[in-house]
Order: sequence, then structure tokens, then C-alpha cells
Amino acid sequence: MAISAARIASRRVANGAFVAFCYIVTFVALSFLTAILWTLLQKGLGGVNIDVFTMSTPAAGSRGGLLNAIIGSVMLCFYAMVIALTVGILAGTWLAEYAGNSRYGTVVRFLNDVLLSAPSILIGLFVWEVMVANLLHHFSGWAGSVALGLIAIPVIARTTEDVMRLQPTALRESGIALGTPFWSVIRSVLWRSAASGILTGALLAFARISGETAPLLFTALNNQFTSLDMGREMANLPVVMFNYALSAYEDLQRLAWVAALIVSMSVLGITIIARFVSREQKRT
Amino acid sequence: MTEVAMTAAAQPQAATDQRRVAPKGSGLEVAFEYVCFAAATLLLAALGGVLVSLLIGGWPAFAHFGVSFFTSSTWDPVNDEFGVAGPIVGTVVTSLLALLLAVPTAFGVAFFLVELCPGPLKRPIGTAVELLAGIPSIVYGMWGLFVFAPVFSKFVQLPLMTAAPPGSIWEKFTQGVPNGTGILAASIILAVMVLPFIAATMRELLNTVPAQVRESAYGLGATTGEVVMKVTLPYVRRGVIGAIMLGLGRALGETMAVTFIIGNSHGFPKSLFDAGSTIASTIANEFAEAAPGLHTASLIASGLVLFIITFIVLALARMMLGRQRSV
Repeated sequence: MAISAARIASRRVANGAFVAFCYIVTFVALSFLTAILWTLLQKGLGGVNIDVFTMSTPAAGSRGGLLNAIIGSVMLCFYAMVIALTVGILAGTWLAEYAGNSRYGTVVRFLNDVLLSAPSILIGLFVWEVMVANLLHHFSGWAGSVALGLIAIPVIARTTEDVMRLQPTALRESGIALGTPFWSVIRSVLWRSAASGILTGALLAFARISGETAPLLFTALNNQFTSLDMGREMANLPVVMFNYALSAYEDLQRLAWVAALIVSMSVLGITIIARFVSREQKRT
Repeated sequence: MTEVAMTAAAQPQAATDQRRVAPKGSGLEVAFEYVCFAAATLLLAALGGVLVSLLIGGWPAFAHFGVSFFTSSTWDPVNDEFGVAGPIVGTVVTSLLALLLAVPTAFGVAFFLVELCPGPLKRPIGTAVELLAGIPSIVYGMWGLFVFAPVFSKFVQLPLMTAAPPGSIWEKFTQGVPNGTGILAASIILAVMVLPFIAATMRELLNTVPAQVRESAYGLGATTGEVVMKVTLPYVRRGVIGAIMLGLGRALGETMAVTFIIGNSHGFPKSLFDAGSTIASTIANEFAEAAPGLHTASLIASGLVLFIITFIVLALARMMLGRQRSV
């Protein structure tokens, strides 16, 4: 009896230690998030003024804002999403509807999963080699969009495949039974019923690419001026952040924090919206 | 006119015959399948393209330096002497250190969310951990350099360095400049970045454990800790290794955060507080300004090394995880 009591006590202590450990590490993880968000608000909010949204990036010591970088980022992400949605949805559809268990389908599926977490800087190198070094011979917004698109495609392909597989077979059968060609069933039945799932994937992909810096460093590069020409160097928030944060000037560093605040809040906002959309979908 | 009337009249009859009018758009049926197939193939081509372009771009470096490209730690753009051993070691060391810190933490978070967290808090805390994954890499870098590094220097580096007895192994590990950057600081930031990925995968895995299995363990009188360590964790062990490998894959290729805080020196790192570099941080720092020729080729060649390492790690991770993991 005495032994068993000691054993119970020791098990209780071990369990207490385990539970305490779980609580502590969760607290640590959350405090990192809080610390980062706090820093962003503290350093970023102070620098937000009307100049940020009306003027182009300045040289050190002069007035300026982030207008060109904001426009550039929006354009780069927009075209990247156009590319990624087209290719990603079609590829996901092929994987879900046509590939079946074929060997080729398995290979594509597997490599898509690998591509999901592949280092983004290597995608940048690839696009630099193909587009900047060999096709266009200069840095350009298009190269940046293609690089971002390549990062977003696997995310969208994966989510599209997943949600389309979730659609009931009866849906496909009833479409075909009406004499509808299968590709019309896909377009007007399956895509429609999978829409909110695909939207979630698209939002997550968008959130992922909008903060992506590494592949833009040597594709879109940067631009001091406001430009809408995708064929030229394109200013964008992440690269501006990189250059200004590492500069020695306090005013430029302050702008970098404003940019960081804008990017992080958009990314976090989109992520939360995406979660909300997928929650709605589960409810119905 | 009579002909038209006749065909109209014949129509219903034709429908019962085999000569039905093809449904609208059926001509594009095959084309659509090919377009989808092409899109899927584009994915394959992208991955193949990355490999081939890195191989072609990096070939001059391999051809010029041979084996010494992998074994030498000289990185000298002025004299066009390049060896990638330093960044390779830096990449591997920071990633492994990051995993060492992130894995227990991520497991703790996942266990907390699955077993301990009160119901109404599950969603907000789960979302908060996922938001940690959403913060852009470069913001981690800025935070690491401007906020974390001064704190780290003052409360970790300096005390450890002054407390280390001269001549001991501790002193060897903690030598360097206590400016808050370096190998260990980069590993800690990396750990925070990969933590949410491992935690989310772990959480999903733990949720696949059938309720009966857990409940019967509880029914036998097991404590929460025992249920987790002796029942649910062994149940998903294969996936756990996959989750860790996935985190490793992320850590290996992480670029911007590391670039900010690792200190960017190209030799072998000599201690935990020494400045170092990783393959990704070297490329990010130098590529846009690299001179065409051997410097560019060496950077691309080091990219190929990174590609091969991460590909192997990620492929193993996916094999272990099967298809249960989403994004």
C-alpha cells in the first residue's frame, strides 16, 4: 500500500510537470506573438501619416512615403494571383477529377506537396535565370509576379484538389445523368459548390505571397518612383522594408516599420478572413 | 420551308433514335481535360525547371572549383575564390538548433491544444498560434534585429560569457561579440518561425487518434501526461517524424529572418554566439549585386545544394506524413 501511494504521488508529480510544461510553452509561444505585434504597433503606428499614402519612397533626410511601394506590391500580388488561380485551380481540378490513382497523378501530387514548402529564394533564383537573365535582360515586375505566382500555385492546387474531392460523387453523377458534358459539370456544379473552399485556399496563398521578400530581391528589385509599368523594376513593400530597415538612417527605419505594420496587418487580416470563410463552409 | 418544318417534326423522333444532338459544349470536353493536364504538368515543369536552371547556372562554379567548392570555407568575391562549406554548416547547424528548441515547444503547444485547453479557448489560441506562421519572414528579421537582439545580448549573452570559467568548454561555446546576433540568436528566431508549422501538423495528427483509444487509457487511470506520452504519441509516431522533417525543411530554406540576425560572415561558425551565414542568407545578401561570372555562378550553385538538401528532407517528410497534412 505504501509503495503504491508513493507511486501515485510520483505519477502525480510527473503529470504536474508535464501539464506545467505544456502551459508554459504555450504561454511562451503566445508571448512571442504578442511581443511582435506590440513592436509593430509601437514602432509602426507612430510613423503613419498622410505622407505614407501620398508620397513615394524618399532618400534619407527628405519627406516621403510608401505610395510607390504599396502600388507596386498590390500590382505584383494581383498579377501573381491571376497566374496562380488559373494554373492552380486547373491543376487541382486535374488532380481531383482526371488523375485518379494513375502513377503520373501520384507523382504530380507528391511534387506539389514538396513545392508547397520549397524555399522561396530558390523560386526567385529560377525566375531570375529564366526571365531576368535570359528572356527580358532586366529586372521587371513581371518576373516578380511570376515568382510570387509560382509560390502561390501549389497552395491553390492543393486546396482545390482537397475540396473537390470532398464533393459527393452523386453531384457528378446527377450532372452527367442530365447529359451534361463532364467539363460543364466541373465548371458549373463542382467549382460552384467548392467555391468557398477554393476561396480559402486563394486567401491563404495571397497572405503567403504578400509578405514574401526573398524572391523579389532579384526579380522585381525596387524602384524609387511610382510606376505602373510591369515591364520595369517595381517598387514593393517587402524589398523597401529590407533596404530601409538595414539602412543607417532613422527616418528610413521608421518607414520600414510602417511598411512592416501595413504588410503584417494585411497578412494577418487575410488569414483571419480565410479562417472565417472555411468556418462558414463547415457550418453549411 | 417544308424542309424546316419536316426536320422540326422529326426532332422528337430523332431523339429516340440514336442520332441525338450533342449537348452544348461537348466539343470542348477533351480540350478541357488537356488544359487541366497541362496545368498539372506545369507544376512538374516548375520543379524540374528549378533544378535544371540551378544546375546550368551553377555549373561554371562546379567546373571551376570541383570538390573544393564543397569543402572550402573561403568566400572571397574580390579574388573570385568561392567555397560553400561555411554556409552549408551554418544552414545545417542553425536549422538543427532551431528544431532542438522548436520541437519540444511545438509538442507542448499541440498537447495543450488537444488535451488541456478549455473548450472555448481552443479556437482563439489555435488561431493565435497559426497567426505566428502568418507573420512575414522579414518582420521576424526586423523584430529579431531591433528588439530581440539587444535583449538577448544583455540577458543571455553577457551573463553567459562572464560566467563561463576561462579555458572551459563553456568559454569555447560562448566566445564572440555579444551584440545579440549570431548562430544561436538566428536559431531562436527560426525556432519561433517553424514552431507553428510543427504544432499545427502535430495537432492534426493528435486529432486523428480515435477517441476510444484515448478514453480507454484514461479509463485505466492514466494521467494526462501518460496518455499523451504512452498512448497518443506512439499512435502517431510516423507522422510525428514527418512533422519534424517538415519543420526542418522550412528552417533550412528560411531566408529573410536569418539574413537579418545571423551576422553574415562566411567562415565556419566557431561558437554559438559567433556570426555565421546560411546558404539562403548568402544568396539574399549578395545575389542582386553579384558580378556576373564566378560569383553569380557560385551563388546559384549554392542554391542547388540547398535545393537538394531541402528536397530530400521535404520528400521524406511527405512520405512519412502521407496525405493527412493540408497546407
